[in-house]
Amino acid sequence: MINVLYFASFREMLGKADEQIKAEHSTVGALIESLSTRGENWQKALLENQNLQIAVNHDVAQRDTMIKAGDEIAFFPPVTGG
Amino acid sequence: MSEYPHIKIQQEDFDLTTEVAALRAGHKDIGAVVSFVGTVRDINEGDEVSILELEHYPGMTEKALEKIRLEAHERWALESSLIIHRIGKMYPTDQIVLVAVSSRHRENAFYASHFIMDYLKTNAPFWKKETLPNGDERWVDARITDKEAENRWIK
Repeated sequence: MINVLYFASFREMLGKADEQIKAEHSTVGALIESLSTRGENWQKALLENQNLQIAVNHDVAQRDTMIKAGDEIAFFPPVTGG
Repeated sequence: MSEYPHIKIQQEDFDLTTEVAALRAGHKDIGAVVSFVGTVRDINEGDEVSILELEHYPGMTEKALEKIRLEAHERWALESSLIIHRIGKMYPTDQIVLVAVSSRHRENAFYASHFIMDYLKTNAPFWKKETLPNGDERWVDARITDKEAENRWIK
């Protein structure tokens, strides 16, 4: 399994903060493709979003970052702290 | 560096004097301390703001801040440094972030504190949500100017 987290506006738009998903995707991009089949919200937030920020195990990641069982993948909008 | 916590993410307010005293404690070699306090404004994008709510990513936020802090230590000769960022609900005039840096000489401390703030704005996972006086809520968008501020430090 992989742990998937959604933060800030993504959490609200997608209606969930986290979920466990079967580890059957080799990259973040493949995971995004698969999540995007859930509906328009998912497609907009993840697949078509040029500003999408990704982290794998607390490190900044890209769509081609490899993932495996046990990983924590987070999706969030650009950060606005400070 | 000592056991002193260099990164704090907390709901509570902080006291600048207390924090800077702890940062300086035991360092006889410090000649300069620069501290920056960010506060909550009552206006954003032309609208009055009643409440600002800060969200973070536990685990990753601490790691990202520590990375920024250590990079500042690599770039400039610093004696000690501290980043405090508050989360949860805040109101106009509240303190939201503290960056404090000490060094032998002032120039390093000025540069390093400026650098840490600029990087924090674009690299540390915090998100702001505003509540307007009519009760409407909206997430604050990232600013292009913050990214430009970060870019000026690229070597």
